[in-house]
Amino acid sequence: MQPEVNEKAGKPRRFDWASLFFNALLPLAGMLLALLIGAVMLIILKVNPITAYAELVKGAFGSTSGLTQTLVKATPLLLVGLGICIAFRASVINIGGEGQIIVGAIAATWFPLTFRTWPGWLLIPSTLLVGFAAGALWGFVPGILKARLRVNEILSTVMMNAIALQLMNLLIRSVLMDPAGITAGTYLAQSERLPEQAWLTRLVPQTLLHSGSLIAVVLAVLVYIFLWRTTIGYRIRAVGFNPEAARFSGINVPFNQALALTLAGGFAGIAGAIEVLGVQHRLLEGITSGYGFSGIVAALFGGLHPLGTIPASILFGALLVGGDKMQRATQVPNSLISTILGLVVLFVVGSALWSRRWAAKRQMAAAKNQDVQA
Amino acid sequence: MFKRLIVVLVLLAVILTACATPTAAPTTAPAKAFRIAVVMPSATTDMAFSQSMWDALTAIQTEMGGTSALEIKFSENMFNVPDAATAIRDYASQGFDVVIAHGSQYGSSVQEIAPDFPAVTFAWGTDVNTFGMPNVYAYTAAAEEGGYVNGVLAAKLTKSKIIGVTGPVEVGDAKTYIDGFVQGVASVDPAITVSKTWTGSFSDVALMTEAAKTHIAAGADILTGSSQSVVGSIGAAKEAGNVLWFGTQQDQASLAPSLVVASQVYDWNGMLKEIIAAHQAGTLGGKTYTLQLANNGLKIAYNSGYALPADVKAAGDKAIADIIAGTVKVTP
Amino acid sequence: MNDVFQASVIVGILTSAIRLATPYLYAAIGETFAQRSGVLNLGVDGIMLVGAFGSFYIVLQTGNIWLGLFAAVIVGLLMGLLMSFISVTLKAEQGISGIGLYMFGLGLSSLLFKTMVGTVKTVTGFQPIKIPLLSDIPFIGQIFFNHSLLVYGAFLLVPIAWWVLEKTTWGLKIKSVGQNPAAADSLGVNVDKVRYVSVCIGAMLAGIAGASLSISLLNLFQDNLTAGQGFIAVALVYFGGWRPVGVLWGALLFSTVNAFQLWMQVLGVKIPSDVAIMLPYLLTIAALALSTNRGRAPAALNKPFERGES
Repeated sequence: MQPEVNEKAGKPRRFDWASLFFNALLPLAGMLLALLIGAVMLIILKVNPITAYAELVKGAFGSTSGLTQTLVKATPLLLVGLGICIAFRASVINIGGEGQIIVGAIAATWFPLTFRTWPGWLLIPSTLLVGFAAGALWGFVPGILKARLRVNEILSTVMMNAIALQLMNLLIRSVLMDPAGITAGTYLAQSERLPEQAWLTRLVPQTLLHSGSLIAVVLAVLVYIFLWRTTIGYRIRAVGFNPEAARFSGINVPFNQALALTLAGGFAGIAGAIEVLGVQHRLLEGITSGYGFSGIVAALFGGLHPLGTIPASILFGALLVGGDKMQRATQVPNSLISTILGLVVLFVVGSALWSRRWAAKRQMAAAKNQDVQA
Repeated sequence: MFKRLIVVLVLLAVILTACATPTAAPTTAPAKAFRIAVVMPSATTDMAFSQSMWDALTAIQTEMGGTSALEIKFSENMFNVPDAATAIRDYASQGFDVVIAHGSQYGSSVQEIAPDFPAVTFAWGTDVNTFGMPNVYAYTAAAEEGGYVNGVLAAKLTKSKIIGVTGPVEVGDAKTYIDGFVQGVASVDPAITVSKTWTGSFSDVALMTEAAKTHIAAGADILTGSSQSVVGSIGAAKEAGNVLWFGTQQDQASLAPSLVVASQVYDWNGMLKEIIAAHQAGTLGGKTYTLQLANNGLKIAYNSGYALPADVKAAGDKAIADIIAGTVKVTP
Repeated sequence: MNDVFQASVIVGILTSAIRLATPYLYAAIGETFAQRSGVLNLGVDGIMLVGAFGSFYIVLQTGNIWLGLFAAVIVGLLMGLLMSFISVTLKAEQGISGIGLYMFGLGLSSLLFKTMVGTVKTVTGFQPIKIPLLSDIPFIGQIFFNHSLLVYGAFLLVPIAWWVLEKTTWGLKIKSVGQNPAAADSLGVNVDKVRYVSVCIGAMLAGIAGASLSISLLNLFQDNLTAGQGFIAVALVYFGGWRPVGVLWGALLFSTVNAFQLWMQVLGVKIPSDVAIMLPYLLTIAALALSTNRGRAPAALNKPFERGES
């Protein structure tokens, strides 16, 4: 689980064809292989794969609605992914994203409904903060359990996911239930609609694209600055890079890992808050849409780098949106989409081998050159 | 490292767009076919909510003469609301006559999209709000009515005087059905124990099965429940051998032919036919449909495979008649 | 609350617990093998789903439960080979390849179910078998000795797994590869091969876990039948400290509390159902937090091995 070694440290600026091949084309080849297998499955289902995949691309990028929908989906992926970046850099696996999104969404629903008279410029930022805090709490608990009691975070986060889900069920069917549903006798599994001043601004009319996407990008830059330009960020990365060496240089490893988990939870919490404020305008069942897991994929596609996660989440969002469009056009079962996506993840992640080997070889060659010159 | 992804993104888009044939148009139905699109939150095979609508649509399609008379396109497992919104908007823009948003969570999406497509009929449920728009229908099912009838039948049939209810989450029509059921039982004999369990999930079949087995071990000889995971409860009843089952949303007799007494069936046929006819006549919406026993939207499907004593059936029929007449009021 | 402590209720709870624990045991012990050799496989739930469908379909078509079980093993093996190839040979990031495998398994099982079966159907799978004499012992007999073969198999797996890990050369190889692959490699152990074998063992057991649901406990298949049980199983490996006995305690604890909360609901104990459902998860965390015997993670867990790399 070592993050990439060759980051931004002094690479020559001339265009590097070989590096391009290994870093870009191999994952692309992996993706194409997965799509090829998908094409075989499409043929078995009596669907023309070329038209099907054309619909996929058109669906993701070929129209305003498609493009905006891609960005709408990319937003929570990016936010969760940012948290994952921080956590992975400290060698901590956060699979608690689902639960952290849920508590962030709960907080971001309860808060505006309680303070519904506040003006928007106050309500929105404070709600986002509350969402972050709730998610952070949900990351803090596994963090402190790991730091103090050596409870493995995979166990605690999986359990916390389930607990969060039941917590949401409890609230949604009782205190947070939409009064309109109770009066009408429908008892729908949703909260009241949030007051309008809590809604994030829609950026493009007749689409769902909202200002949360911009907030997410800003946060990505902030996370980059945090990780590479602050001492705390340095410590977090040091812990992940070499825990023993970090310990020797006086860095408190458990504390920083707990901190990383807490921050990861906070970002997932913001993802939940933004889904509530920007997209759904209320809390309802299924608010996570699996982003807690797909955000992990987005982060890894982005090289565990906050800025890399931006295009990675757009790409993943595109696959999701395009896949749905493909389903509508060809009427294939949408489980086929999930199957193909699984293969994409497997093959792209598998293709990293050669880029790592290539990078390692070049590093050794560069080191040798320096030795010779010295 | 992120350079790699920008390049991947661009290259992928270029390659696939290049592969796209310019004439990749959606299949056009032959002229005059009525076109309905439906967006559902779960699978068409869920033996519950989504399947009830799907079965109704395919039945109407057969009745009307097949795919040349009625074209149906569907998107299932759309539990992500923005994705569903994209699907609804997409189908509307493809010129479908009716777009059915079969999920209560799709309400705000319908509210936003319907004004942009004044020639398309939007039907959404389960809810009662048409937002005052002329091209929106809302529909819901008074599940508590069938629940009441099932409760009356169950109360008459139980020998152990203990009835078990296996529910998912206490919301929506799972809640209203069970509330009605409890009232039905109480109207026959308030001393009967109706104990309820909730598994906290609509899809956890294993836990639902164990819940059913727990009821049986605690003495229940009749079970009921709601959601797609009740297939597990029915399985448990089957394994016990002499535990009876009452179903809702779908006719569940096929899963345990000798043990299912009756199911409340959501019959969307009547409503759909009305909507189609109205659309062809020029009316695109503006009405709320509630499936009820009175309008044949809800039906109690007695299982012919189970020998129901005549007096019990009479009690059930009387309950149906009373609800229709309004002498018995069931409150969710 | 007094009702809960009646004998019949306790018998009921424990019998339920044994049934509930079965899929967790298969999957978690399987994952223990994989993790002991250094590979984290988060795709267990996906393997369980394909295994569940495969065995269900074969029983639906042929009526032969043993053929169905065999199908689950084969399907698990195939998924295991895929995971091994990606994670061991291609040395991919294991957490992510696991999630990819999960997505693949979830999608594939639903796709095959929809296209090959189309609607929910029940089958007659492994039926509960009373063990003669033993099942007549009051209380104990009811709890332990009236289950299907797959349930018995899950519990028998615990001592078998212990024996393989502690008393065979293979077990030694698995552990050494997970603890210090470089050293094992220098001693002539084929690290990749050992990992392939243990991941595949884990996957085959995960396939059987799926079968325990579809052709034994539930006797049907539906979309997402496992509803995330595979992830709980992976978590239980950590709870159990990578030891089969520990995994057994974890599975039993989790399942017993789950059965307990169901009984609480049936008996009408006044606790919100959602809180009751939380109990197994809360208590599992609490139990691990309070226990002192934590077990050491395999040092090379989740680290792909490349000769020449440290």
